[in-house]
Amino acid sequence: MPRVSIEDLKKIRGNGKSGAKVIKFRTQVLVCAGTGCISGKSFETAKALETEIEKQGLSREAQVVKTGCQGFCAEGPIVIVQPDGIFYRGVRAKDVPQLVEAHLLKGKPFEKLMYTPPGQHQPIPLLKEIPFFAKQKLVVLRNRGAIDPERIDDYIAVEGYKALEKALTQMTPEQIISEIKKSGLRGRGGGGFPAGIKWETCRHAAQHRHVDPVLVCNADEGDPGAFMDRSIIESDPHAVLEGMILGACAIGCKEGFVYIRREYPVARERLSKAIEQARDYGLLGKNILDTGMDFDVEVVQGAGAFVCGESTALMASLEGRVGEPRAKYIHTVEYGYKNRPTNLNNVETWANVPLIIHNGAKWFASIGTGDVAENPWKGSSGTKVFSLVGKVNNTGLIEVPMGITLREIIFDIGGGIPDGHTFKAVQTGGPSGGCLPETHMDMPVDFDSLTEAGSMMGSGGMIVMDDQTCMVEVARYFIAFLTEESCGKCVPCREGLRSSLEILNRIIRGKGTEEDTGRLQEIAEVMQDCCLCALGTSASNPVLSTLRYFKKEYEAHIKKHQCPAGVCKELIEYSIDPEKCDGCHACVRVCSVHAIMGEVKKEHTLDKSMCIKCGACIEACKRDAIRKIPRSYAA
Amino acid sequence: MKMIKLKIDGIETEAEDRTTILNIAQKLGIKIPTLCHHPLLEPYGVCRICTVEVRSGKHTRMVTACNYPATNGIEVLTNSPRVQRDRKMIIEWMMSQCGHVKVLENLAAEYGITEPRYGRGDDDCILCGLCVRVCSEIVGANVLGFFNRGATREVSTAFGETSEICIGCGACAYVCPTDCLKMEAETLARFRTLPGSERLCRYSLMGVAEGALCANSFRCWKCEVEQRFHDQLQTHPIFLGRSMKMKEIDVYLNQLNEMRG
Repeated sequence: MPRVSIEDLKKIRGNGKSGAKVIKFRTQVLVCAGTGCISGKSFETAKALETEIEKQGLSREAQVVKTGCQGFCAEGPIVIVQPDGIFYRGVRAKDVPQLVEAHLLKGKPFEKLMYTPPGQHQPIPLLKEIPFFAKQKLVVLRNRGAIDPERIDDYIAVEGYKALEKALTQMTPEQIISEIKKSGLRGRGGGGFPAGIKWETCRHAAQHRHVDPVLVCNADEGDPGAFMDRSIIESDPHAVLEGMILGACAIGCKEGFVYIRREYPVARERLSKAIEQARDYGLLGKNILDTGMDFDVEVVQGAGAFVCGESTALMASLEGRVGEPRAKYIHTVEYGYKNRPTNLNNVETWANVPLIIHNGAKWFASIGTGDVAENPWKGSSGTKVFSLVGKVNNTGLIEVPMGITLREIIFDIGGGIPDGHTFKAVQTGGPSGGCLPETHMDMPVDFDSLTEAGSMMGSGGMIVMDDQTCMVEVARYFIAFLTEESCGKCVPCREGLRSSLEILNRIIRGKGTEEDTGRLQEIAEVMQDCCLCALGTSASNPVLSTLRYFKKEYEAHIKKHQCPAGVCKELIEYSIDPEKCDGCHACVRVCSVHAIMGEVKKEHTLDKSMCIKCGACIEACKRDAIRKIPRSYAA
Repeated sequence: MKMIKLKIDGIETEAEDRTTILNIAQKLGIKIPTLCHHPLLEPYGVCRICTVEVRSGKHTRMVTACNYPATNGIEVLTNSPRVQRDRKMIIEWMMSQCGHVKVLENLAAEYGITEPRYGRGDDDCILCGLCVRVCSEIVGANVLGFFNRGATREVSTAFGETSEICIGCGACAYVCPTDCLKMEAETLARFRTLPGSERLCRYSLMGVAEGALCANSFRCWKCEVEQRFHDQLQTHPIFLGRSMKMKEIDVYLNQLNEMRG
């Protein structure tokens, strides 16, 4: 495909050329090809669908489209039939013949594969009526599951690159920046710094110093349990690219980078493909859309260091040096990559840009909280993508307007806590975020409320925990993660984390002393004061927030040597309730260390000295006869 | 150059815009402890011991004096209770790794730490990075680097082997505040295996002297020039080569060349 002009783009959007593919078919079968569904073998499902449609002679009417992540990862592989809007879950290749026959041939939706909310019997056929989707507001993820991310024409057909067209033909760089400023868009990577102000500073720095500025997209998403950026790139890579081109136009960059994790092969491939297509179309490279603007993007792979998500470390890594942060007293918008003014934004921030330019700042500012038109710091506008994981029924990727409450996210969209357990805490903001308790459930989710509550927005990980989670162990887990990932450059982060971890390890073994909580607090405060980079200053958040909201659990571990949630192995032991045990022998079979003895149909006994507390017997026991009890220290 | 006004520990002073707080404080005779700082190297800001409190308007933040560029109207507190608490903790943390290092023991005594709360470790290296930086920034040899991450971080040559590119200048050992670098001897031993006509004096390898051969078979402790460098200039020749004392070094170059014939 040769270069396109603005006229050509209009044709693709209308009914010319290949864009028409999108609407030519009577029915579209959308198969989710996000990483979650791919690992659930959705490619096999797609292949089976294509063969079956061919076999039934429907290939002129129905088209199979592999889309990006639909978000409802817990229910994959997901298939959606459009224009009916019917949602099917867990569609395996073997189900395909029945599905095609029922829905596509006979026109009767296939009930067996529809989604039924937990605890109900009536399946919900329509996607938009499923509670998981109903409360979401799709801005960044507008094209998720609707277009084929590997085809640029699909993106153009849904108003793609229209914002670019508008910006290049009708707007000056200053107007673009002022539009972004008025929209109140704040950085989605965690810091929440207003994007418009950053762009403006970068543009000024470049003009002042007569140096070419650089644009960077941070796709080095390293938080445990977070996959927003991956999904955005997988489902709509062109939106990110368009955002970057708009940014380049506003700031005056000729060179851009996407720094992406090596662990994201699908996202990387789709992004590289998108860049190639955009280059072919003349949307990247020299003389973009014949307007005289030059800009190109290079994809750079990270090697999987958590710290490289920090902007200065990322830039060091881009330059080919060791990925370690430096002091940010002189900002990267002035001296960044190779000492050039560098504007770095996160994937999600970039993906928001085209819509702001297309729909206007007012539209964007109308979503979310606060009045941001005058001062972007005064609220949080737009939406936020979260990866909702942990002990919640509907795990997956969600996009919600800022200001929604945690309760709505966890109980309405997430469908509550599974297996009859109760909610205990939600961890937001990745490993450096904090754990918020039940009392904060009605708090609005936005940058400032979360920070005030001792957590943070972060990049958007949201881990739900139930009553079977030990908060001390959670803090220990995150501190252990950060100890492993700390670059070790500055003393407070390297040694502070190590000493915190030592104390936490002591507490979960029941060997903590009463001074330990005070020490943890002091270590955390000094780390907040003294660490070199933001990862270090926020690294103590897991400890601080659990100390603030769950101090009782720390005290139970230290004073009573008990783990209230029954998680810390050295504080519990397993025991068999003789009244409930019917001698079914199931536990004996699964015990890998042969700690359970007893004959069939007779009461079993457990040798506590051999038991490794792996929990396999509890899962195997159908009569609930095996219990975790506090370890008896008297014995 | 634009001048700014600021206040350090109550003293009002003027300085050039973007001078580091450490420089301004030193001129005023205010002592701020440093471990990873060297006046001829780029500020690195990793030991954090030079942390000071900076107030501007309503905001208070803790910054490292060695690399924080002062701006107009700020108020710096170099010894507030918060600064003292933070520094104490940092000393204790460092001692939990390197419990028997002289510089840390002196600092501990100064800050009233009798016994560090996190124990005393047996390491020598405080990971200040002075050796790594002198080798790359001044010598330009890039022999040393940091390896591993987090708590396992260490200074080493590539793959931990005796380096092929080390010129044996000893600048790393010279700047080391804890005297823990012992690599020099191995490199010098390697030089000794070279044929006689290639045994260049290490000052010539450093670019300080021109093409002289070593008369002492790299037993530097026998070298008269080295002794004189040390006694009279009180610094390592590699720093002189890059600092302003060019006249002095010229004298020494001549003497050196005369000696070598």
